[in-house]
Amino acid sequence: MNDQSMKAAMERGDGPMLAADGTPLKKSLARALRMQKIRALLLVAPLLIFVLLTFLAPIADMLFRSVENQIVSETLPGTTATLDDWEAGEGLPPEPVWRAFYFDLFLAAEAKEHTRLGSRLNYEFTGMSSLFRGAGRGIDDIGEDQAAAIIELDPRWEEGGFWHDLMSGTGDADVRFLDARRDRLERLTGDRYDGDIGFSPGAAVVDLLPLTARAYTDWALYTVLADGDAVIEVTPWEAVPVALFLDLRAADAAAVSGYDGPGRGDLFVAMLAARSSDPIDFRQSFIDLDEDFAIPTIWETIQTYSNRFTPGYFLNAVDLQLTPDGVSARDAGQRIYIVLFQRTMFMSLLITFSCILLGYPVAWILANLPMRVANMLMILVLLPFWTSLLVRTSAWKVMLQQQGVINDTLVWLGLVDDAARLVMINNQFGTIVAMTHILLPFMILPLYSVMQTIPPSYVRAAKSLGATNMTAFWRVYFPQSVPGIGAGSILVFILAIGYYITPEIVGGTKGVFISNRIAYHISASLNWGLGAALGTILLAAVLILYWAYDKVVGIDNVKLGG
Amino acid sequence: MKLTATLLSATALTVFGLPAFAGSHMADSMTLVSWGGAYQKSQHNAYVVPYLKMNPGVTITWDESSSEAVPKLRAMNEVGNVTWDLVDAEGPDAIRLCDEGLVIEVDHDKILADGDDGSSPSEDFGDMIISDCHIPQIVYSTTFGYRTDKVGNRPPKDVCAVFDTRTYPGKRALRKSPVANMEWALICDGVGIEDVYDVLATRRGQDRALNKLATIKDDVIWWSAGADTPQLLADGEVVMGSTFNGRLFSAIEEQNQPIGMLWDWQMFDIDGWVIPKGLPPEREARVLDFLKFATDTQRLADQSKWISYGPARMSSAPLVGKHAELGIDMAPHMPTDPENSKNTFVQNYNFWGDYKDDIDAKFQAWLAQ
Repeated sequence: MNDQSMKAAMERGDGPMLAADGTPLKKSLARALRMQKIRALLLVAPLLIFVLLTFLAPIADMLFRSVENQIVSETLPGTTATLDDWEAGEGLPPEPVWRAFYFDLFLAAEAKEHTRLGSRLNYEFTGMSSLFRGAGRGIDDIGEDQAAAIIELDPRWEEGGFWHDLMSGTGDADVRFLDARRDRLERLTGDRYDGDIGFSPGAAVVDLLPLTARAYTDWALYTVLADGDAVIEVTPWEAVPVALFLDLRAADAAAVSGYDGPGRGDLFVAMLAARSSDPIDFRQSFIDLDEDFAIPTIWETIQTYSNRFTPGYFLNAVDLQLTPDGVSARDAGQRIYIVLFQRTMFMSLLITFSCILLGYPVAWILANLPMRVANMLMILVLLPFWTSLLVRTSAWKVMLQQQGVINDTLVWLGLVDDAARLVMINNQFGTIVAMTHILLPFMILPLYSVMQTIPPSYVRAAKSLGATNMTAFWRVYFPQSVPGIGAGSILVFILAIGYYITPEIVGGTKGVFISNRIAYHISASLNWGLGAALGTILLAAVLILYWAYDKVVGIDNVKLGG
Repeated sequence: MKLTATLLSATALTVFGLPAFAGSHMADSMTLVSWGGAYQKSQHNAYVVPYLKMNPGVTITWDESSSEAVPKLRAMNEVGNVTWDLVDAEGPDAIRLCDEGLVIEVDHDKILADGDDGSSPSEDFGDMIISDCHIPQIVYSTTFGYRTDKVGNRPPKDVCAVFDTRTYPGKRALRKSPVANMEWALICDGVGIEDVYDVLATRRGQDRALNKLATIKDDVIWWSAGADTPQLLADGEVVMGSTFNGRLFSAIEEQNQPIGMLWDWQMFDIDGWVIPKGLPPEREARVLDFLKFATDTQRLADQSKWISYGPARMSSAPLVGKHAELGIDMAPHMPTDPENSKNTFVQNYNFWGDYKDDIDAKFQAWLAQ
């Protein structure tokens, strides 16, 4: 664009403002800014990606565990589906639930997933873990008679090849059925179940013997892909003959006699045997295995926790529990988390105030001494800061214990009787003392850097105008140091709320924080869901307090340095 | 670190060429996981040092994470990246890991060496084999030590002295875990020794044990690391406390502390190796090679030169000799010595495998109140 047209446009006073190269100024500016933004983004990209991958993603994943609850429906899909029709409070569930439970648990026990489910349900109702472990061991016994009975009819029922031919049938293979079973196993174990297994269930067999087809296909998939055996060489596990007897009892006799696939004669003989024998009473079999199965709460717990997502962990974290009748308080013996949250908050506040009380004079002296002396003294503040946390905590142990330095000194001075030494450790006092000491530098450093910027002339001016020392300090100096107190307090409080090593070592049972419970659930009880829920609540509490602080004091007033 | 190791081995391959590796098909590095301290040192001296002498190309790294073996193995399994090759685990942990399919099942007779007396591994280890996944090394016990200068002229002879705060005033150190404590509480509450686990399997029995422990709750310092109790005893913080017998041995014999042993109803436990599931074949081959060597008769006997734990093989017992540095006879310090094992309690692994979750949840809630 030439000068003239620009001039014309400017004279007219309309049209876009143009840049030197003729593009509209707005566009040109936006392009320049965009380039800048992209460059800036590229510069921070390595850090951004690093933080996202190594910090935010794991945190999000961990927090997700606080509501995730797929394990129940993935381990016991049949049971949870049949339990839907059962109303809690009606005593024990009906036979179809027990039957579905048998097949679910059988497969889970073979894949060794039942213990995990037992541990999971044990968080909600103590006793479920041992129940599931015991049942997993004993479940083979339930189908024993059926497995023996069928082999008595004809020893061929023990042959893998015979079963293979029977279940393959003659007609089309039901590929969708096979894939559905693959999915089922993948969800159960978390492993992949791809690949050829040398077997595909015949559509006609699936129609005629649905339970058997399911049990056999599960077995075939597991045998080939997890155990690495060939289907035709191994006798199917007990759940398969159990399913066969159930199918043959339920099937239409005409359909069985009209079936024309391989093994039809044996099938017919087996049907007669199945119909003349007593059916398995699954409920009684499980109660014989462990009488705890007769406790309705067991089934109510499974039903209540059959959803893929659950508020259960969060309720647990605030001493509540989910029951079929809604939310209720936990037993008195299990209510510990509210107390721990309160204790954590209270003690963290106490530690923060102790740090202000002890740190303020130190920072004031440092800020008002000549630089050389101040730097020397600063080393004394920083030295413990650079020392290992464990060393400092252990040192407090030596100081505070009953045969420790402080007690020895007091006894030597005659202030305390040898028989009545003070208990200063393994309680709240120990935690507060040790943590105040450990967190003190985090208070002193921001205070010091703020105080350094307060000109001494202000206090002098106040005094020359007639203020007393106290007034000059309180009305002039202190208000200017408040941003340092704010910064120090936020640092100390947020660090204190999440501490766990120090309370673990010096806190005994009464001086521990909620973080110790989180650590316990992550590394000892393996209740990661509850640990994540507690962690989420703690994180939310910190964010809310931070927000409240911003509203009341204003985050702009926080200064970490001059 | 892993990347560096991979790069280094890749470089080694190109520099020295393939023949150096031909025929072995074994990884040349291994991460062993154990408990740290004197125990890990004994394993290092007895197994690793001679093994490295025989296999100069191999590097072995120690990781002191056995106390967190279960959660860490579970996490590794979930992520699908197993960085450990061989893990030292207590009996109940091993059973739990085995139940969850996090460690592999082994055939002891196939993978271990025969005893020096010609017995097969399963005969030689006998009852020590408590799980298909666990390869036993040593028998240790959790038992009590007391301050000899603080009990006057009536040193405790009975484990129930722990609950007798009138005769033995002062603090006690107990492990922050229900295992062993619950059994002792029931024994001292009058339950017959053969009924302990039957009682403990019931809700009422668990409450009964906790109620007994509640009588001394205010007098207890709960420990979680094996080194805590010897330290507390040495400082005079506690008058008696439970810990592993080997820790007490080193406090008494190596550091000459005024501590006495209370062996009454010591709780036997078995420690051994487990192999994580999902190792690549060449790493598993290396582990099996090491394992066969490290659990043979001589190696297990050698270990007792460094720590007062009994070898798990019967054929090792006659070879137990003197302490490597102090030169004292080790046999009288073993938990299995007849003089020490008049009243012993063999931990019921299957019981704890089944009930640990249940009882620990109760115990921890009880502690926190």
